[in-house]
Amino acid sequence: MTISEKIISNHIGKHVKAGDLVITPVDGVMATDTTAPLAIKAFEQMGASALFDPNKVALILDHAVPPPNERIANLHKLMRDFSQTHGNRLFDIGQGICHQVMVEHQYVKPGDIFIGADSHTPTYGALNAFACGVGSTDLAATMMTGQIWLKVPKTILIECTGRLKEGVSAKDLILFLVGELTISGATYQAIEFVGEAFQTMTLASRMTVANMVAEMGAKAGIVHPDGLELDYPFQSVVPDVDAVYEKVFRFDVSDLEPQVAVPESPDNVRPIQEVVGTKINYAFIGTCCNGRLEDLQAAAKAVDGKRIKSGVRFLIAPASQQTLLDAMDDGTIQLLINAGASIITPGCGPCVGTHQGVPGDDEIVISAANRNFRGRMGNPNAQIYLASPASVAASAVAGEIVLINE
Amino acid sequence: MVYVYGDNIDTDRIIPGKYTKTLDLETLADHVMEDLDPMFCKSVKQGDVVVAGYNFGCGSSREQAPLALKQAGVALVIAKDFARIFFRNAINIGLAVLEIGDHTIEHGADLVYNLEDGKVIDQSQGKEYNATPLPDIMLDILNEGGLVNYLNKHKNYQLG
Ligand code: SF4
Repeated sequence: MTISEKIISNHIGKHVKAGDLVITPVDGVMATDTTAPLAIKAFEQMGASALFDPNKVALILDHAVPPPNERIANLHKLMRDFSQTHGNRLFDIGQGICHQVMVEHQYVKPGDIFIGADSHTPTYGALNAFACGVGSTDLAATMMTGQIWLKVPKTILIECTGRLKEGVSAKDLILFLVGELTISGATYQAIEFVGEAFQTMTLASRMTVANMVAEMGAKAGIVHPDGLELDYPFQSVVPDVDAVYEKVFRFDVSDLEPQVAVPESPDNVRPIQEVVGTKINYAFIGTCCNGRLEDLQAAAKAVDGKRIKSGVRFLIAPASQQTLLDAMDDGTIQLLINAGASIITPGCGPCVGTHQGVPGDDEIVISAANRNFRGRMGNPNAQIYLASPASVAASAVAGEIVLINE
Repeated sequence: MVYVYGDNIDTDRIIPGKYTKTLDLETLADHVMEDLDPMFCKSVKQGDVVVAGYNFGCGSSREQAPLALKQAGVALVIAKDFARIFFRNAINIGLAVLEIGDHTIEHGADLVYNLEDGKVIDQSQGKEYNATPLPDIMLDILNEGGLVNYLNKHKNYQLG
């Protein structure tokens, strides 16, 4: 069995294989201020009177925080009122991005099945969990029943041998893999990541990897638990030696160079070398992909005591309040502010173009996010390049895209 | 009218994130497909059909994407295949979707279709297609008019 088959089998108490249609209990669900309002509406329309288990349901205000207008403020209010009535935890504005918060607060653990009303829910595959994204109505149904129907996915195995070079990060690796597999390369399937390159990764880096399986259309993306360190005891799930994979990809990544996704799709990936010299107006670090402590530290290191280029703006949205506190404790935030960065409320920030940090017409953005679709940051006339936090920070200093390990 | 678009139409192009934070669903129709084809939301009419290539609806989990199309009057989306969350969302909210892997339907085609059996006839090209059948549970959900009605009636999921 693959990791996905095993986790699902453990939950329903019988052996399943790829292609089986199952109804499985879940260990947790979450929705955000983009998806929860519609879910709450659907939940009520379904005639549901109570949550299946209030301790396993979390609502998070992260996509548009603080609210930029009365419409969104009222949606936030709706979520607070719902949480008050039903007894679930509400993570209010500024506490962080849903995926970061769910991991920090241990709403999801190794071996769990977790359903989130957000497409980057597979991020929890970093924890060796089976986690998939759904829309609001599916989420409402799961809040009511504690179950979800799903087709056990086929699995693609990605093995990466070799260690990443100094200055090359998990983001560069996952960008490279998205480029190789393409934006539809794993549709309806799970991905398992295995090999030395992942074994040596921190939890934060594993989250960056699992996060971007959404950019390949995958249902789940699970990192092999080898080398996973958590501050609580856990039981990991490993695949059987005779697990059946739909496809197997093997890459030696020891020579991988920093990567970039050029507009307007996350799978338009090439070595950053090819776009070196592209002038930028705006650099952004944050998101569920790259807003964690190690990302801010990498940015501070890349800035290296210099000021950002005049005329360039540099926004940083820490992934959570905890991240912000940690980055203040170790001096990272001071280094970044001294370089000219502007720190904004922990949350999704400019990632999805809802409230702040919208680029102007014809502006070029270099971002540590996971998506660069047209209009993603709120302006269809801006262009977004995706890269690692170190590449973004170094480019903010240079005023143009640079290769950091030159 | 039949509108034809290409591969990998993402949810940001179907409905930009900045318009998704609302429960006033009619407003979604004003911006549907705005960043892809600014004329679409002005000309789309009740009963129109959207046809696309591979991976329609990739990207975000926002249910506002199929809702925006439904609100705008789109009766059916045909694609070579769909991104999985979009496909589930469409069925859940009662937007008809048919997967036809080998279609060559062109803009303005004259289509006759039957959602029950998934047969689509392109009268402009004289071609007939059979859509990929839905799993039983999806058919049940669709036949009940969406997941809200399904759960209202059954109170829980049922297989087979
Ligand atoms: S940070 Fe961006 S990609 Fe991540 S959950 Fe928020 S909006 Fe989505």
